[in-house]
Parts: sequence; structure tokens; C-alpha cells
Amino acid sequence: MNPFVFNQPKDLDGVLAALQAPQTRPIAGGTNLIDLMKEGVMAPPNLVDINAIGLDEIDVGADGLRLGALAKNADTAYHETVRERFPLLSAAILAGASPQLRNMATNGGNLMQRTRCVYFYDVGTPCNKREPGTGCPAKDGFNRQLAILGTSEACIATHPSDMCVALRALDAVVHVKSAGGGERSIEFAHFHRLPEDRPEIDNTLQPGELITHISVPEADRFMAHSAYIKVRDRLSYSFALVSVAAALDIGDDGTIRQARVALGGVAHKPWRIEAAEAMLVGQAPNEAAFTAVADAILQGAQGYGDNDFKLPLGRNAIVQALTSAARGTDYARGQRTGDHQGEQA
Amino acid sequence: MELHQQYPVHLRINGQDREFNVESWVTLLDLLRERADLTGTKKGCDHGQCGACTVLVDGKRINSCMTLAVMQNGREVTTVEGLADGENLAPIQQAFIDCDAFQCGYCTPGQLCSAVGLMNEGQAKTLHDVRELMSGNLCRCGAYPQITQAVAGVMGITEPGADGKTAFTTGPVLA
Repeated sequence: MNPFVFNQPKDLDGVLAALQAPQTRPIAGGTNLIDLMKEGVMAPPNLVDINAIGLDEIDVGADGLRLGALAKNADTAYHETVRERFPLLSAAILAGASPQLRNMATNGGNLMQRTRCVYFYDVGTPCNKREPGTGCPAKDGFNRQLAILGTSEACIATHPSDMCVALRALDAVVHVKSAGGGERSIEFAHFHRLPEDRPEIDNTLQPGELITHISVPEADRFMAHSAYIKVRDRLSYSFALVSVAAALDIGDDGTIRQARVALGGVAHKPWRIEAAEAMLVGQAPNEAAFTAVADAILQGAQGYGDNDFKLPLGRNAIVQALTSAARGTDYARGQRTGDHQGEQA
Repeated sequence: MELHQQYPVHLRINGQDREFNVESWVTLLDLLRERADLTGTKKGCDHGQCGACTVLVDGKRINSCMTLAVMQNGREVTTVEGLADGENLAPIQQAFIDCDAFQCGYCTPGQLCSAVGLMNEGQAKTLHDVRELMSGNLCRCGAYPQITQAVAGVMGITEPGADGKTAFTTGPVLA
């Protein structure tokens, strides 16, 4: 690991002031940043420990959920009301990492984690995200884990989070502050970005800004019909090849009033196509309708060799997630998909 | 401030107050092994992927390789050396022996601390839950069935879970 100066301000203003200095990174749980520093992928000369400033609230009110940036992933997922009223979010968090890492990782840090593309991690190889302009060996290399949607000539990395997939589906908002009273809110759709010709930039957070909390609007209409499906190379403790967050609002007449579908493991940001969701409104929940939606969501998807399988896998996973959601959140919670993996593949 | 300066770190480790001066980049794992002479905690991957370095900080299990010692200043740390009460093994340690839950033993300190953390969390209700919530600890000898048996035995868990079948989920556990 590179030598660095460590600083632990005692309040938010102290942190925001410290972040004004050039080449300064905040550290919260550290589960990604420390790893990146050990690998030499990142080498900040100044680290600001933000763990002493609070911002760890988990509040649920009539208008929705407020998650402090420094609340731990595990505390968020296991929070009784989050579990009951935001089962999609709880399920997505628990699908990620391991119990140890979820005890360390924070909600803000989850958003800020970087791609696990092997070329990004291997400082002996070119990578446009790590060193702009050096090239992307992934497109013609080992790309089993990598993106099929929203890619660019420069980069086919994926965002690795599960939590963020649910936050995108639930229209979360990211709240940030900066020194001097600066404050703004960023819709989740606009927080992470596509690589385009600047793959070194993961998100729209500006230098000096710190995430203070994430809000999720009230989503009780989806409580009874939510499912998070994660398909991966082993059954636990592994990043998604494809994941799907699905939520349905089903009326008394059995037709769909509203649908949400977001995908992980397929793009540089959680992938969601609102126009495709609209196709389900007024429809009965059935496989034909779900398949049509899946095709609309995956329109334009392109494989790069090793990851070609993600096209049919993504299609099947969307249908399965929507089917599970339609059967009910309780069904989805106990859902075992191992028996069906052959069919999926 | 200097890049190579040392930072004072106070930790209560296995019930003893300890003072250290460490560089900023020293992980909690390296402090335990290299500075505190507690080599029970193992360095497996050093990248948060294997769980061999699992310890309890304020009762919660974490990967000690993925946090800096300076970030844990003032905390209470329990390592595998702190689980037993003198010569009396903790129930989970005795259960590992009784269930033959290890072969080479390298992952065992992490497995034991992780199991204690799992019990503190109180989320596991079925054998399926135990497997899922022990998945942060790899065992390359493949003692998983015996490890599950040991943890579930101490917790009094017999319910299989996951629709009564023993395997597989690609989804999370929401017991």
C-alpha cells in the first residue's frame, strides 16, 4: 500500500474542509478502497476517515426511507421496517458480499465502489478506466463478468453493486454536501454514468462533495410483489453475472398497475428502461408479457465473446424475477433457483 | 503531517488494553499478527475474499485485512485467542472438534470468529441460513458440511430451510 497521511475529523464540516485538499479521498468501510490501494490501482496521498461524523441513521417515515451514508449495509438490510416495507432493498443488500463485508461496508461506500473488471485491477495491463488513453484489453479478452449494455469503445466495465440495482428500481435520490454550505440532490438514474469516452469517471459526484444520505420514496405498493434474483458463478459471496430487481404493483383485478425492473451486472450503471416497464401497465402478469418486457429492456445488448451468454441469461432472469415478484415477495424470499439453472443457461 | 509518521492506536484486545504506534497503512490484521503477536488470526487472501482474517470488533465480525488499524482506534477486538475461557474451550470450539469441522486448520480461526459473529447477529434460523451466513469463510479442504453441523449444533438449529431441501439458492436469505 502507498504511504498516506491519515486524518479523522470529528464532524461533517471538518470532513468537507479536509476534502477540499487535492488528492484526498474519504474512507468509510474501506472494503473496496483498501483493496484498490493494496493493488496499486488507487494511491491517494491523503485519506480522510469519515467514520466519526455520525450520518448513520436509518429512518423510515410516511414519505419513505432515509439512509445515512455511514449506516452499515448489514444494519440497513436487517432493519425491521426496511425489511418489511422495502423488501427489494433488503434482499439486494443481502445478496451482496459476505456477512463480514456487509458489517463493514456503508451505504454511501456501496454507491462509490469501483468495477471488479480484472484489467482495471491488474496494473500490469492497459485500462482506460485506470489510466485513460491506454486502451481496453477487455473487449477482446476475459470479459465473462463484463457489460453488454451501454458500453463504449473505451470501456465495457460493469458496476458491481447489488444494493444500487434496488435503489435504481425504487427511484432513490442521493444527497450530497460540499464545503461552504454546498448541497444538492442527485436522482439515482443520474448518479452513476455510462463510460462513453471518459470511463475513468464512475459517477457525477464532483470533487469535494460527500454523500450524506440516500432517500427512497415510499414504496408500499410494491411490498407484496418484490423479487431480487442474482445469478452468479457460485451460490453465494460472488459478484453478479446478471441480477434483476423486480417490483410489481398488482391491482385487485389482478392486472399490473405499475412495474419496476432494474438490472445489475450488465452495464456501467444499474440498467433500467422505464418505457419497457410501461408495457406491463394494465396487463395480467404472465410469461408472454414478461418476455416482451425483457426483450425491450435488452434491446441493443451486445456480447463481447465470453459474455455472450448474458443475453439469454438476462432475458430469462428478467422473466424469472417478474414471475417471482408476481407470485409474491414471500415466495421470492424462499425462492430457490438452483433447480432451474440448467433451464436458465 | 508526514507521510511516514506513526499514529497512536489504543485497542482492547481479548480483554487487555494495548497501546501501539503504527503507520497509517497498517491493517488491523497486520497489527494483530506483527505488532500484537497474536498470530492465530490468519492472512489468507489479504483481499477480503476468503474470511481467514475474520475477527470480532465490538462483537461484530469483520475482515481484519480490509480495515486500517488507525480506523479501529478505541475499539474492542476479539481474536480466536480470546474465545476460550482459560483452558475451557468456547462451545463453538468444542463443536468444531466434535464435528471434525477442519482438516488443515488454516481457515479455522476465521471460521470460529465468524460463527461467533453469526450467533451474535441472531439472523440464522435454519441450516440453509447457517450455510448462507457462513459463506464469507472459504475452506479449501471442503469441511463445509461439518462446519455447518458444528455451528447449527451449538445454536440448536435443526430446520433444513429453503423449502426443506439442502441446497441451493441464487437469492438472499431473509429468514
